[in-house]
Amino acid sequence: MAGAAFDELWGGGRRNAAAREGFEALAGWLKATPPAELDRRQQTAEAAFRQMGITFNVYGDEEAAERIIPFDIIPRIFAAAEWRRLSEGLEQRVRAINAFVDDVYGARRIIADGVVPADVVLANPRFCAGVAGARPPHGIYTHICGIDIVRTGPDEFYVLEDNVRTPSGVSYMLENREAMLRLCPELFEIFAVEPVDSYPELLHETLFAAAPHRGREPVCVLLTPGHHNSAFYEHSFLADNMGIELVEGRDLEVDDDVVWMRTTEGRVRVDVIYRRVDDAFLDPLVFRPDSMLGVPGLIAAYLAGNVTIANAPGTGIADDKAIYSYMPQIVRYYAGEDAKLPNVETWCCRDPSALKYVLDHLPELVVKLVDGSGGYGMLVGPASTHKQIEDFRAALVAEPHRYIAQPTLALSTVPTITAKGIVPRHVDFRPFVLSGPDRVVTVPGGLTRVALREGSLVVNSSQGGGTKDSFILADAAPGRTTG
Amino acid sequence: MLSRTATNLFWIGRYMERAEFTTSLVEATIRLDSLGTRAESDQTWRSALAVVGAMPGFEATQENFGAFAARRYLTLSDANDGSVRSCLARARDNARAARNALSREVWEAINRAWLTIRGRASPGGTQATLTLVDALKAEARGFEGALTRMLRAEAYWFIRLGTLIERADNTARLLDVKYYLLLPEGEQVGGTLDRDQWDTILHIVSARLAYRLLYPQGLAPWWVADLLVFRRELPRSLHFCAAETVELLAECGARTGRQGEADRLARQRLTAVEGDDIDALFQRGLHEWLQRFVRENNALGAAIAHQFRFA
Repeated sequence: MAGAAFDELWGGGRRNAAAREGFEALAGWLKATPPAELDRRQQTAEAAFRQMGITFNVYGDEEAAERIIPFDIIPRIFAAAEWRRLSEGLEQRVRAINAFVDDVYGARRIIADGVVPADVVLANPRFCAGVAGARPPHGIYTHICGIDIVRTGPDEFYVLEDNVRTPSGVSYMLENREAMLRLCPELFEIFAVEPVDSYPELLHETLFAAAPHRGREPVCVLLTPGHHNSAFYEHSFLADNMGIELVEGRDLEVDDDVVWMRTTEGRVRVDVIYRRVDDAFLDPLVFRPDSMLGVPGLIAAYLAGNVTIANAPGTGIADDKAIYSYMPQIVRYYAGEDAKLPNVETWCCRDPSALKYVLDHLPELVVKLVDGSGGYGMLVGPASTHKQIEDFRAALVAEPHRYIAQPTLALSTVPTITAKGIVPRHVDFRPFVLSGPDRVVTVPGGLTRVALREGSLVVNSSQGGGTKDSFILADAAPGRTTG
Repeated sequence: MLSRTATNLFWIGRYMERAEFTTSLVEATIRLDSLGTRAESDQTWRSALAVVGAMPGFEATQENFGAFAARRYLTLSDANDGSVRSCLARARDNARAARNALSREVWEAINRAWLTIRGRASPGGTQATLTLVDALKAEARGFEGALTRMLRAEAYWFIRLGTLIERADNTARLLDVKYYLLLPEGEQVGGTLDRDQWDTILHIVSARLAYRLLYPQGLAPWWVADLLVFRRELPRSLHFCAAETVELLAECGARTGRQGEADRLARQRLTAVEGDDIDALFQRGLHEWLQRFVRENNALGAAIAHQFRFA
């Protein structure tokens, strides 16, 4: 598999021959830096992450509860022109997603116009009827989006997944950059890299701008499920860097449709909640009567317009995998032009003819649960045994509506340091898009995830994936070369 | 600061202190045990468990009582909420939840202490237990050192208030369990075993040298009680705890504007300790006095939590 894939350094050609245009300097750096030195830096990075406690938890793995995500010091680089195309496509898509959410919880024009079938939206488990009719300040629902992008060729980028509920990973974008600045400072002399460190500030501005207007400095908090959550490090990192309180559900109370947080100095009124918990754990009165998690009355406060929740409750409808397959039409409908970033071809198994195709081609497809995430509940046909495929076939036939299928893409590769030396490994990319009242911005960077096992296409950290820094090159000074 | 964070910090202080006290208790009891006869060994360890109120819990495990079982129960047992490992696990859990409020040094000190004992399957023989005790005491000192480098602000105050409430409780309970050994001259005390017992009390609160400095006249039980209750110079005395609690609450109140019942109780307690002496204490009954002290200390802890809204 790896041999056929497009390599982001060497292109389609032979490795270690000629680098792609504009990337010669990276090839030169790799050649000039002794392998032992690369190894040393790699280990230094790992030790630093562990000491700082940049860990994530793996569900169902009590003892090894806190692990660090492996970090690879060879950066993944986007040329300025590549990034320009990507970010235009991302911003177009995020605007359309926001318009779609606004529409389905409001006038539902897109359904009336027959672009998306009513049942795919209204009967979707991610559709939240309880918040229909409530329009958040400035009509912004998807303040923070993480769009997963894969690449298969020089000009072939696809959107693999839209994460518009509580996308995570941005702390790695920032920490990886810090590590690179310390470990490989010479790379920043070779390349003019766009900085990413403005992210916390941009996020802060985005959240403040989304506050219900009350004529005073808004109070903003970050709502976390708690320190046992896999992304807790990121939650505390972001709260620290924005200078806002990191709260759990039990720190908040709702009184007369107003949200308060309990502090040592008494109650403080809360205007904006950057929530990193799922809808289901926001408010037990609305979502899960059996759950003690969440803040009773929070949704009522939201409906009353007294608090902004970012992202808004119900946005999950837009990152459902069944909705995903309609995304090209959705973008065209709201943007009035074709999507600049294409979808990966997708078969919705609820459709009998699609199901038949999928069953006939299982060994070559990737099959995913509609509501799965983290690389769980997924079949990668070419990498699976006969038995795994047949087990999946049975599951598919039993509940076809729960699955979608996609072709197995030859994800692009980037040179990566492994025990076998520097070898190509498959990567994906998650940039982060912030939506405010008068702008949609993509921070020039993102999280590059790398599948460390040879040939593997699964990049999830819970499944043995690692990360890399992602350099976006500035327009003005492309690839200053060294001797 | 979030009320929940204040709770976490307060309990970091309490659990770290409790872990250290129990560690010292194990160390001193091993020493006392090795001085006495084998026949006295069980009684020595029962007395140690009694100091931390762990006897009923141990009996519930239905294990055979003995020096090893007692050592294991005090250091490693997951069935014992007050074992050193349980305390450090809880301290660390609170520290993870309140990491934003902690300096990196404090977090790392707590994390290291926990790592020291986390994977330990057995306390091993006496020598192995003492090695573990030494390592744990070093970590406890590391924590205290890291704490003194923290900004004097809410996070520091709440950890330290937890430390002092716990410490006052521990010292008072220690005295109370051993109070019959501390009766004034004229009672039937004074044998070698008793001397070892007094010495052990001093050992538990790391005050053997301090005692020699302050009481050159020699080892006598009422002076041991005097040191642990009234000498403000000793960081584990009740007087010290009472005085620093008043100071911390005053600082905290000045910064946050929150003063009230906790301040009143703390000042009242300090006045009571300052106005008493060891003779009066023995006349009124040491046991009754200590029992009341422990009750009032609990009430003060609750009042602090209420005043800063983290009850």
